[in-house]
Amino acid sequence: MDRARYTKILIGLGVFAFILIARLFYIQIINDRYKTDALNNSIVYETIYPPRGLIYDRDSSILVGNRSCYDILVCPREIRNLDTLTLCEVLGIERAFLEEKLDYYRKYRSKIGFKTLPFLKNVDEQTYMRFCEVQYRFPGWHSQVRTTRNYPFNAGGNLLGYVSEVNADDLARNPEYRSGDYIGRTGLEAVRDKQLRGEKGYHIYLRDSRNRVLTSYNEGRDDKLARPGKDIVSTIDADLQQYGQELMRNKKGSVIAIEPKTGEILSLVTSPGIDVDILADMGGNYDALSKDPNKPMFNRAVQASYPPGSVFKLVNGLIGLEEGVLSPQQCYPCQRGYYYTPTKKLGCHKHPSPIDFREAVMMSCNSYFCYVFKNLLENPRYASCADAFDAWELYVRSFGFGSPVGCEIPNELGGNIPNSSYYDRIYGKGHWKYSSVISLAIGQGELGVTPLQIANLSATIANRGWYISPHLIKDSPAQFHRTLVDSSRFEPLIDGMYRAVHSSAEEGGTARLAAVKGLDICGKTGTAENPHGEDHSVFICFAPREDPQIAVAVYVENAGFGASWACPIASLMVEKYLRGEISKERHWLETYVRDADLMDVKKKEKNAQ
Amino acid sequence: MLNSSKRSLWQTIEWRCLLCYLLLVVVGWLSIYSAGHSSESVQSLLDLGSRAGKQLLWIGISLVAGLFILFVIKPHVWEVLSTPFYLLVLCLLIGTIVFGTTINGSKSWFRLGPISFQPCEISKISTSLLLAHCLRAQNFKLSKMRDLLTVLLVLGLPMLCILAESETGSMLVYLGYVFVLYREGLSGWWLALLLLVIVLFVTAIRFPLWLAFTVLALVVLCYYLLNRRHVTQSLRAKRELRLMSALVALIGSVLILCTDFAFEKVLKPHQRLRIEVLLGMKEDPMGAGYNVNQSLIAIGSGGFSGKGFLQGTQTAYGFVPEQSTDFIFCTIGEEFGFLGCSALILLFVFFIGRIITVAEHCREPFTRIYGYCIAACFFMHLFINIGMTIGLMPVIGIPLPFISYGGSSMLSFTVMLFIFLALVKQEKQYF
Repeated sequence: MDRARYTKILIGLGVFAFILIARLFYIQIINDRYKTDALNNSIVYETIYPPRGLIYDRDSSILVGNRSCYDILVCPREIRNLDTLTLCEVLGIERAFLEEKLDYYRKYRSKIGFKTLPFLKNVDEQTYMRFCEVQYRFPGWHSQVRTTRNYPFNAGGNLLGYVSEVNADDLARNPEYRSGDYIGRTGLEAVRDKQLRGEKGYHIYLRDSRNRVLTSYNEGRDDKLARPGKDIVSTIDADLQQYGQELMRNKKGSVIAIEPKTGEILSLVTSPGIDVDILADMGGNYDALSKDPNKPMFNRAVQASYPPGSVFKLVNGLIGLEEGVLSPQQCYPCQRGYYYTPTKKLGCHKHPSPIDFREAVMMSCNSYFCYVFKNLLENPRYASCADAFDAWELYVRSFGFGSPVGCEIPNELGGNIPNSSYYDRIYGKGHWKYSSVISLAIGQGELGVTPLQIANLSATIANRGWYISPHLIKDSPAQFHRTLVDSSRFEPLIDGMYRAVHSSAEEGGTARLAAVKGLDICGKTGTAENPHGEDHSVFICFAPREDPQIAVAVYVENAGFGASWACPIASLMVEKYLRGEISKERHWLETYVRDADLMDVKKKEKNAQ
Repeated sequence: MLNSSKRSLWQTIEWRCLLCYLLLVVVGWLSIYSAGHSSESVQSLLDLGSRAGKQLLWIGISLVAGLFILFVIKPHVWEVLSTPFYLLVLCLLIGTIVFGTTINGSKSWFRLGPISFQPCEISKISTSLLLAHCLRAQNFKLSKMRDLLTVLLVLGLPMLCILAESETGSMLVYLGYVFVLYREGLSGWWLALLLLVIVLFVTAIRFPLWLAFTVLALVVLCYYLLNRRHVTQSLRAKRELRLMSALVALIGSVLILCTDFAFEKVLKPHQRLRIEVLLGMKEDPMGAGYNVNQSLIAIGSGGFSGKGFLQGTQTAYGFVPEQSTDFIFCTIGEEFGFLGCSALILLFVFFIGRIITVAEHCREPFTRIYGYCIAACFFMHLFINIGMTIGLMPVIGIPLPFISYGGSSMLSFTVMLFIFLALVKQEKQYF
């Protein structure tokens, strides 16, 4: 029996040996996982970051560039024989600061391990050079060159957007990003992030388990070069943008200039906005910006919805002409208002009466457009007021209102254009008529439009009936839109707009401040009433009258009549763009506008219009 | 006359075991050298500051001790001294619990000046000697309850001490003695029972309880059916069989129900985690699973023929922790691949098999039993250590005999082997 057990034990020994060898066979020969893991273990990829693409303005000036900045790093484990005095001198820091940092490193040494930490960020070039000279005397201390964004013009902070390091959400959303990458957060940086960021490359090194790099792998043959980001040419005119921002200093609102022929946005000013030096260091300024009651990060030009005010009369007039309920020669009386019920009057300012369409546009007569609107809704072509209203809504939408016009800035607002079912819900089906919605006639009521849409209206009128969706980047696909109003209807309207700028005071022109000799500016003032405070000052214009080069819309919040603030700003923008400078006799206007502070206008006692 | 009856040294010394031993030591030393080697610092082979240098010193000491045992000490001393030696080591073990130094979480080290050693290494020798002494006694039968209890006491006392020192790995080595007892007449059912306990423990941890009970039920059923054929004649035997089956089922059930308790309360958190990682219940490549994961990567990356001596990246660049002690096998796996690993395992198996064969052919029961004891020890170390590096066993920190870095293990394994060689030499001189 014992003999048999001896054999059994030997067999058992063989079985166990077989188990070990079989397992080894599996992990060493059959399974490939551990071989690739070993490569990952001992090879380290050092990322080469590509320079981010530049953003140019329409004249090839750099709007957003790259700049080197220098960081001082330290690996606390590697510090030996630190000469604190020299280090402080070289880096220009206080001894207390250094000691505080060193205490911190000592306290958390187990957590820090062999990691390298940033010691000073963004030091200037001289300091960096001084440090490099003596670096050999400071084991454990390193420097690093980083590129950050650099803005030669203080132009377009809001529309350019900023870049920052990716966060956990970005990483989860997009597997292409790695921790430490930069991503465009807002504006053009965000929209064209893919194009701007280029493609990362890498160096391959062999390393040991303490992450010490030993040699270059395969003599660098497998390294991959970084592919620089592609540049972007924007449609912005840097000078004009800067000038617009200057004019809007200490005012709330926005200024938008569009080249009507192409839909290219020449300037898109929102005020108060983000200055570019804040943009360069968004991380440090973000909290302050988001707490600012004036909301500088809010891009009013595309994200604010206002009632359009009197400039909307242009749209109603054009629809009236197209629908045939109005002819340019049609005259209506105005006795300082329009009675839409026997007792209720919609007021108007004092002006000659009766007037035809051109004069109504020129003087911005409320009553006239109430008549037009009444005729529109009581048009016998339609079975009911609601049907007529829906037809009107279609016309309005064809001008680009009611939905985003499609500029590249994320979160563009669409605005609001009511339809008949909206009023059906309020008043009940069939229980409302033109008098219920009369305020729409003069651009008040349930209308919400963005300044960009109003600028687009200006460009549409300049083009006599079509527009190309406004855009900020040259190579954006341009979409052509034709309004439902025929080109032939525009001439009398444009005539009225021309006369609004170029008539004498006796004739009743509302936008005489906009007149610039030789530029043939056509404009229309607006005064958008709003429930929150003083009226918004609105003005749209384009110039020259024939073959227009620029269309402008200006909104100045709580600034009163359109003629008083928006109108001079718009005309200065036109003059700056077409002439390159402001003529001498208008310098006073420039100064007057630039120095005005309209940030905090209290609601005044309303005067009779 | 006397001279002529004595055989020559060539005939009396077990050369094959000695040769295996020397080979293993050389392989071990080269591996330690390679593990400590890196392209940055070319170390001197004999630099006593390096691990390879220290190990060389210990190899020398061990060889001197071995030759001393082989040629100077009279072999019969070992049996005479087995009891006092055992008691002395037991005192040392208890002493370590009280005065010991804690290294790597186990309080099992004695420190004498610059030298620190683990009494549990020596306790394997003393236990083996005393076990051999007990088992060879006349009328000693493992089927007798009293004798069985004696054996359990001899094995149990050092096991308890070692457990108290948190040196769980060394304690598991003692399970190997069950093979010795099996050779000396322990019923094979005990082996089966031990296997059943392990299987049930693993099943109960890894899988839902009902599965563990199903396994138990199947085992009991098989046991019953297998034995029923042999006991058809006697009614009493039948009843005994039923009783045994019921007993096994009961014990098994209690075991399964206690598993959770034992797992959560008796084991230390790190041990629990290691078992969970091994059984694939937890992924923890940076924590408890780090060692095993890195070890698997190192061994796996060796492929069929390895990267060549001193060419390993994983071990040399320090990814594998404890690479010259418990995880020394990784270095061999990475640098010599499947071929080298298999060769080493086969060498070990041949070595152990040779010890068993030589022991089996001894006329002196003491020598035979002692031989089986050390074979069991070597085997347990081999299987647990290599099993751990290739992910078959949980991480248990015990050295690979003759290969791993470490003075006290080197010395004690050598002494252990040379006592056997001396006993064999004495036997061959006269028979």
